[in-house]
Amino acid sequence: MDGLDDIVEEFLVESHENLDQLDSDLVALEQEPDSRERLSSIFRTIHTIKGTSGFLAFHRLEEVTHIGENMLSRLRDGALALTPQRTDALLRMVDCVRSLLASIEAGGGEGDVDVSAVVAAISAAMEDRPAPAVPRPRAEEAAEVTVEVAAADEPAAPAAARPTRRKAPAAKAPAAAKARAAAKAPAAKSPAAAKAPAGEAPVAEEPAATPPADGSPPPAPVPTPREEAAAAPEVVTEPEPATAEPSGQAEPAAGQADGAGQVRRAVAESTIRVDVDLLDELMLLVGELVLTRNQIVQYVGRSSDTDLVRASQRLNLIASELQEGVMKTRMQPIDHIWSKLPRVVRDLGIQCGKSVRLEMEGRETELDKTLLEAVKDPLTHLVRNSVDHGVEAPDARRRAGKSAEGVLFLRAKHESGQVVVEVADDGAGIDPARIGAKAVERGVVSQEALNRMSPQDVLQLIFLPGFSTAAAVTNVSGRGVGMDVVKTNIESIGGTIEVESVPGQGTCTRLRIPLTLAIVPALTVECAGDRYAIPQISLQELVSLDAEKAATAVEEVGGAPVYRLRGELLPLVRLTDVLGLTSDRHDGHVVIAVLRSEGRRFGLVVDRVINTEEIVVKAVGGQLKAIGLYSGATVLGDGTVALILDVQALARRALRTETTERQESREALLQAAAADREAERMLLAAIGGGRRVAIPLDTVTRLEQVRTEAVERVGNREVVQYRGAILPIVRLDRHLGAYGETEREVLEVIVYSDHGRSVAIVVEEILDIVDGDAAVRSDIDDMGLLGSAVLGDKVTELLDVRAAILAADPAFYSTPAPAGSAPATYQEV
Amino acid sequence: MPPTTEAAAPAIGGQLATFWLDGDLYGIEVAHVQEVLKSQGLTRVPLAPAAVAGLINLRGQVVTAIELRERLGRPRRPEGTDAVVIVVRLHGEAVSLLVDAIADVVDVDPADFEAPPDTLDGSARELIRGAFKLDGQLLLALDVQKAVGA
Repeated sequence: MDGLDDIVEEFLVESHENLDQLDSDLVALEQEPDSRERLSSIFRTIHTIKGTSGFLAFHRLEEVTHIGENMLSRLRDGALALTPQRTDALLRMVDCVRSLLASIEAGGGEGDVDVSAVVAAISAAMEDRPAPAVPRPRAEEAAEVTVEVAAADEPAAPAAARPTRRKAPAAKAPAAAKARAAAKAPAAKSPAAAKAPAGEAPVAEEPAATPPADGSPPPAPVPTPREEAAAAPEVVTEPEPATAEPSGQAEPAAGQADGAGQVRRAVAESTIRVDVDLLDELMLLVGELVLTRNQIVQYVGRSSDTDLVRASQRLNLIASELQEGVMKTRMQPIDHIWSKLPRVVRDLGIQCGKSVRLEMEGRETELDKTLLEAVKDPLTHLVRNSVDHGVEAPDARRRAGKSAEGVLFLRAKHESGQVVVEVADDGAGIDPARIGAKAVERGVVSQEALNRMSPQDVLQLIFLPGFSTAAAVTNVSGRGVGMDVVKTNIESIGGTIEVESVPGQGTCTRLRIPLTLAIVPALTVECAGDRYAIPQISLQELVSLDAEKAATAVEEVGGAPVYRLRGELLPLVRLTDVLGLTSDRHDGHVVIAVLRSEGRRFGLVVDRVINTEEIVVKAVGGQLKAIGLYSGATVLGDGTVALILDVQALARRALRTETTERQESREALLQAAAADREAERMLLAAIGGGRRVAIPLDTVTRLEQVRTEAVERVGNREVVQYRGAILPIVRLDRHLGAYGETEREVLEVIVYSDHGRSVAIVVEEILDIVDGDAAVRSDIDDMGLLGSAVLGDKVTELLDVRAAILAADPAFYSTPAPAGSAPATYQEV
Repeated sequence: MPPTTEAAAPAIGGQLATFWLDGDLYGIEVAHVQEVLKSQGLTRVPLAPAAVAGLINLRGQVVTAIELRERLGRPRRPEGTDAVVIVVRLHGEAVSLLVDAIADVVDVDPADFEAPPDTLDGSARELIRGAFKLDGQLLLALDVQKAVGA
């Protein structure tokens, strides 16, 4: 019921305002009957009320506004001219609407307000008949007609429509009885009736314009059987309220409405509408206040004047609260945009022949109004995508052992100053292999680059522009139309998007949206003497390495610097390189801001981290936007301007150039014929016994360290649990018969992944990365080797990676592989 | 000499705010000028066009500063001399111009206007609408719109 209450309340607030406007519009219209603009405005107002009343099942309200709208549209189109009679009819319509609204507000139903006379008057005015030509229905007839109409059209109408106030009390009884009969049946399903306060006779507002009826048959302009006693069904059984004051109800309803009615009116009056521009301006001012606060707090921090410190602390606090308060004024629950989705899901489900249940979680989560608007379309798109491509057809679902009905989850929650919105389905999921294959086919990414990517990274490819435009992609992958647009939209409001999927179990798309656009928490860093702000939304962690550690911890893979962050290779991007500056940090310290963009992580190397502060985002001029690296600028606490880095753009720029470089090197490699692997980069590893092997870097996905005690056995094979999967191990020393020292606590492991399968190659020590070119080669080889070469002044064996991998996982290259049958030759030594 | 009306830029008259740049006197319409400031702390913008000297904080508003010397193809301002900032407002957006020194507001007569001499070289030619022949001095009329469109 609450939902309905909210909607009705909103409708009432809106309509009351509109009606006030309407009154003055109508009067003004008489002065200038030709004003198309005013007519259009009136038309729109009435049209809105009509639409909403139809939706809310206020049928009499709909009826009266419908006819009014008819007349207005003809007036607007110039088909009718505005005459005093017509204005009069329109004004009476407004009064009637007002009465109905008052009745709804008081009792939740339309009460017994009669609309037929107004409808008749308007039709008359429209047809230019003299108003009195409409025969005024006799009282009893009117009563019956009204009751019947009410019963038929409006189950919610609990009321005995009491025709006119001149009716003798005697006549009331039958009418009331009839009404009771009519009203009783529908009463049970009538929410309005249920809500009607017992014992109350909410009173319709009596427009002052209506002269009191007298004994004579009233002339048409006064046919008002508009009425007061809207008796709730229970009330009908009590004679007193049922006969509640038939006449002389000139006082406005508010005066007589009792408790419940007043509460409702109070609700309508406790809210005001505020121009969004005004709120924007307030927000701007608060932003400035926050900046000034930052400045003062920073300044006072150096002072020892306790009074000043105290005052600044208070200022700090108040500014924060004010900021929060102003932000709240712009907040709306996400339900505002979610409420339309059940319909979308239902319709689309029927269209696709699927049955989909929508479950929502966190619909009260609030978000800035502008952001809400910006998220609406992308979210709808994601939901459509999920129903269209994510959830399978019922029989396919049954075959897969799922219930025929698919489930679509919408979840929203606040998480560390952001709103996280998830659209998840329990459908077929996305197969990274197919996405990858398609991406390669479309030239979005090279096969080599793809091989290096984790399945998670592969999924993010669906957001690439080149990927998603073709319908063919949809057929193959089942996903991806317009995802780049979704992504662009989300990013334009400073949000991020990523997708996760388990084939066969479903897909989850996660949006991270800032709470508000104007003020964002950010990390300020220093680079080459200047400060830059990085929005916290992209920041995952900070890593600081002292010179000693940095010298060993920052390694190079294929010419690109990487850092082993808890075993995973984190590509590093030096901000100085991106910006074309020279670092002023010479002590060898490395500070890495670990950032996440498009589901990938990378480390941004900066000179120093300054602090975190709330920054106010200021737009930058066109020339700076065109650079595509800055999302804006801000004024820091000390008054200097700092640029805000656009992390997405940064990642795209930095990581793509890296890929292109690698692609180029790959192409060069291919051209230089397969026999001669110049330009190929090799990872050098010691395998014990003074032997060194070279492993093409292409086949290195990650470098890991595994504790020896973590190694377990499956049959005669060694495995280790790794990221929730079982990773087969091949010890290169045994594989190549080198017999290195076996008793070590930590194993150095090279992980190679392809098509979702991974193997681990254990070496004794990772030595270096070298270029394979200009190496002296020989074809002196041995089992498991391709040959040997001189690399870094030492003879190095070239590992036959394929053989090594097969030794660990015989089924590695044959994709649908259950754990192996063929025993590994070199496993047991 | 009648005003050159057939040239690309129509003659301008009225009041010009004038300033010095590398020994020459330039003028822009007073109506465009929002304010004049002393040298401000600049935040450089890496990768920006050369003429973008940086960003300044104008009472909480972030304003792009255009180095007019660069824009007009003049040598850099000598070390140790501070630029003066002229904040102009165009289409509601504030942009600032860095110049050497500010001079008077001058009433100019369209009759004194002449199109730029043919010897004027490329980049400057685009930005200079022409010259007003004042007593003992030429006042070059700058096209502000183009000047800030770096």
